[in-house]
Amino acid sequence: MRKYVFGRLLQLIPLLIGISLISFFVMHLAPGDPTALFIDPNVNPAELARVKANWGLDQPIYIQYGKWLFNAVKGDFGRSYITSQPVIAEIGERLPATLLLMISSMILTLLISIPIGVYSAVKKGSWFDNFFTVFSFAGMAIPSFWLGLMLMLLFSVQLDWLPAVGMFNPLMKHTHPLYRALDVVIHMILPLTTMTVLSLAGISRYQRAAMLEVLNQDFIKVARAKGLPERVVIFKHALRNALIPIVTILGLSLPDLFGGAFIIETVFAWPGMGRLGVQSIFQRNYPDIMGIVMLSAVLIILGNLLADMGYAIVDPRIRYEKISKK
Amino acid sequence: MKKFLKNKLAVFGLIILVILILMGVFAQVIAPFDPDEIVESETLAPSIHHLFGTDDLGRDIFSRSLYGARISLTVGIVAVTIAIIIGTLIGALAGYYGGFFDTILMRFVDIMLAFPSIFLILAIQAMLTPNIYNVMVVIGLTSWMGVARLVRGEFLRIRELQYVEAARAIGCSDLRIIIRHILPNAQGPVIVAGTLGMAGAILTESALSFLGLGVQPPMASWGNMLMDAQAYMRDAPWMATIPGILIFVTVLSLYFVGEGLREALDVRS
Repeated sequence: MRKYVFGRLLQLIPLLIGISLISFFVMHLAPGDPTALFIDPNVNPAELARVKANWGLDQPIYIQYGKWLFNAVKGDFGRSYITSQPVIAEIGERLPATLLLMISSMILTLLISIPIGVYSAVKKGSWFDNFFTVFSFAGMAIPSFWLGLMLMLLFSVQLDWLPAVGMFNPLMKHTHPLYRALDVVIHMILPLTTMTVLSLAGISRYQRAAMLEVLNQDFIKVARAKGLPERVVIFKHALRNALIPIVTILGLSLPDLFGGAFIIETVFAWPGMGRLGVQSIFQRNYPDIMGIVMLSAVLIILGNLLADMGYAIVDPRIRYEKISKK
Repeated sequence: MKKFLKNKLAVFGLIILVILILMGVFAQVIAPFDPDEIVESETLAPSIHHLFGTDDLGRDIFSRSLYGARISLTVGIVAVTIAIIIGTLIGALAGYYGGFFDTILMRFVDIMLAFPSIFLILAIQAMLTPNIYNVMVVIGLTSWMGVARLVRGEFLRIRELQYVEAARAIGCSDLRIIIRHILPNAQGPVIVAGTLGMAGAILTESALSFLGLGVQPPMASWGNMLMDAQAYMRDAPWMATIPGILIFVTVLSLYFVGEGLREALDVRS
């Protein structure tokens, strides 16, 4: 196991270099440069040259990349063009909001989708199963931002029950921390619902398929034949085995979750990393963009690794020493 | 074919798709108004004259939706075609030749898959001047990985079959074996992936246009109609509702058709 994990971590290095190369060159080879956005073109050329030199934009692109990579390895991702703050600090400030949203959504998704998947599989062909089949197609087909807009339209604009955007109510700034926490929860309901509905569909489908597969196996027939109550067969024998693939699916759904965060945070003005990312793109804030791309990539790859490891832990039939060579 | 026609959801999806395609193709004939022209006062609620109402500038939303169908479907088809061509090429080469070549290509696929692709697309779009053509190309260039993996898998399986060996024995060139003998047998999964991929491409286009980085106004796309709608949620909720329903119905139909094809062509998911 240790050897396997180490090998996988080693693979991270070329993967990250590849990702950074592609992103860096895509950005820097595009026509125009970021100074055009911040600096009046009529300003004196010496000043413009000074800013460019300051940001290193006057050097050949491979040197710029080399410098970026050298510093990034040391943990320094440069400073934002907009605020001059270190990129790490900018992202660090917003990451908690994103993680709060993503982790809550993941937990909520699991809590809802596992029972749905299990029940659909057990009662295959029932109205419940058919309803959720159609529902999950709908969940996959609905554009995330539009679902967000519709929830906003209904609950904020029409009913006026929930705040439409943001994470805090500025008026609550000086109240008791408990009230402030409650305030965040209230602000989180709409983006969280949007995110959860989107991932619910896929995961409950997988849970259903996994459960169906297990239910068809011989050891379930044996369990039934020896007269175990159905409840024990389903929960103790079948579900345990059917949970294994879900670990992988969770890992694999990470890129979608991140992708969703960019759009959902923008729609709901949620002050997280996704919204910062979209803003940075509009502002051509290269250092921030690079930082966010790299961080998302690391989290996605580590997520997959954790999922694979989790797989080996929950399923003793899998041992990576044997197959890691393939 | 028979199997496909038995699947009610798939047939339903196909009918809706045909209607949408006809709407897009004959937009000029069907549309009662010029989609870009200001024909009425602003934000009129849906009525007999303006089936879907008018938008913030006084343009007819029904007419704009018809032209939007044309844009969304075109983007979907072109983007998926690009993705399938690249994916098939890379998958076929990796699967057929295997070895070191395969490792390199598949690592590249891994790299592309570790990006949150929407972010990469957004970044590229922001750097280029966004327009409908580079929307198609960029979506195509960032969504071929699934097809590549699929095709590779099929090739790995098929290349070991006896008839391929026979073809090799009678002196067929690699190119001929790949194109004439293996590829036709790998068609099924690619068709299914293509249908589902088109749904994905339409969703991506709408998200891009919604953020202002896709199809540019005044050209109507369902996504950028939704972008305009954001500021008028209170006064003109139909502006936000209708284009979204259209995207939703289109994508849903594609999923139904894709799943129907999967069953009919007997492709494992």
